[in-house]
Amino acid sequence: MEYRSNLEKVLKTKGFAVTAEIGPPKGCDSEKIKAKADILKGCADAFNATDNQTAVVRLSSLGSSVILLNLGLEPVMQMACRDRNRIALQSDVLGACAVGVRNILFVTGDHQCFGNHPNARGVFDLDSIQLIKVVKNMRDEGIFLSGDKILSGNPSVFIGGAANPFADPLSFRVDRLEKKITAGVDFIQTQSIFNLERFSCWMDEVCSRGLDKKVFILAGVTPLKSLKMCERMKFHVPGVDIPDEIYNRIKNDSDPGQEGFNVSLELIKEIKKIKGVSGIHITALFWEDIIPSLVSKSGPL
Amino acid sequence: MKMLISMICILKNMIITKNKDLESILRLIEKDPVFIVGCSQCATICHTGGENEIKEMIPVLKDKNISVTGWVVLDPACHFLNDKRILKNYKEEIKKAKKILVLACGNGVQTIAEIIQDAKVIPGTDTLFLGEIKRINDFEKRCNLCGECIQYLFDGLCPISRCPKNMLNGPCGGSINGKCEVSEDLECIWDVIIKKLGEQGKLDSLKKIVEPKNWSKSLVMRR
Repeated sequence: MEYRSNLEKVLKTKGFAVTAEIGPPKGCDSEKIKAKADILKGCADAFNATDNQTAVVRLSSLGSSVILLNLGLEPVMQMACRDRNRIALQSDVLGACAVGVRNILFVTGDHQCFGNHPNARGVFDLDSIQLIKVVKNMRDEGIFLSGDKILSGNPSVFIGGAANPFADPLSFRVDRLEKKITAGVDFIQTQSIFNLERFSCWMDEVCSRGLDKKVFILAGVTPLKSLKMCERMKFHVPGVDIPDEIYNRIKNDSDPGQEGFNVSLELIKEIKKIKGVSGIHITALFWEDIIPSLVSKSGPL
Repeated sequence: MKMLISMICILKNMIITKNKDLESILRLIEKDPVFIVGCSQCATICHTGGENEIKEMIPVLKDKNISVTGWVVLDPACHFLNDKRILKNYKEEIKKAKKILVLACGNGVQTIAEIIQDAKVIPGTDTLFLGEIKRINDFEKRCNLCGECIQYLFDGLCPISRCPKNMLNGPCGGSINGKCEVSEDLECIWDVIIKKLGEQGKLDSLKKIVEPKNWSKSLVMRR
């Protein structure tokens, strides 16, 4: 069997994969990516290059992905619908594939009002589900959204998407996952998980509909580095659900970073037991150097 | 297109405007003598360009040593032939002015600019959206004039005008307690859609993928 990417191979042969996020720098210094890559090499099966996350301008996900490829790391290139219309999105999928990117994850994107260019005009020509379907048709049918034929080389990519089990209403969150699967998504990385009960509940619904057999679900894990970061995520980041119990543990500990690390270890241990989970996706915001010990102490993944 | 916008005014749907701040208006007037044009319809209801607002603005401008040569409230400002006929009666006042301050929507500004060639026409308002009047001075955006209405999919609710990300396949995952992540003052329209269709037992209809919107029908970027 031929696999499109290492990530696809690991998921289909081992059944459990680890991905980790590498946030691109605010500038064109590729050494910043290299430094993170040196720390993370070997810790994960593929590495997400984010696309101007929280609408802050950074080195592009395509540029970052090429740098990772040159360093021998497999990228998961993220693409957001916020900044490009259907012409640019399809073009960049072809471009990425041509330079060797084999995993692309599609999201609608954070609204521009949260970033450092709040006066920008958001594009949102397509939403994530529509884009996933477009790329699936490019890959499998060899046609662009317009119906025009691709003339030389269908983009052979492993298609990713995001899911947030914590947003309301719960029942529709699973419907939306199902729509992404219908659209053609191959793997899902979830929002960072802190509320284990709610995540289990979502996974139960996912499994009861048989969706875990149709898509690989990688559960999001974020080690909380400090009380400040915990508070920012709990109170200010849309779609994140940090229960009071975890918040209080971080708040009352003399070493919040160590406690944040402990919380992540416990979460990974529990997540591994949940039926239907095919891996973890570690997003250590500006704390990438914690990932190696988080992975090694989590036992066999 | 001209016909469409005129009809909107005649049908008394509301083009919602807000006044530019005084500083911006003064910067545009540049101390020149000014003739003020208001509108009897949308801008009057929005309290941005009716008789009252003009009468309030005159002493404010005079206080800044700006001469107001005259004023008129057109009925409505977007009615070309009617404007042309009425403005003839103000020939002298307009002749004395170097700037025409239009307190109407962006359409009104252009109609006046087409009629008055000898003075510079400047907008005194910012045009926001086509909206619904909830209460006095409380307007809500209800239409982006996108060129192809798809509200039949969502039982009379419009994610194009009411979701900041134009999501057509469900909520983005950032809403909190039914409020949009962009602003606490904004309802998550997807929350409303799901509730409404849920109550009717029609949630299954939302499971079908809504295809990318046909923006060629929109006249925003073409004539």
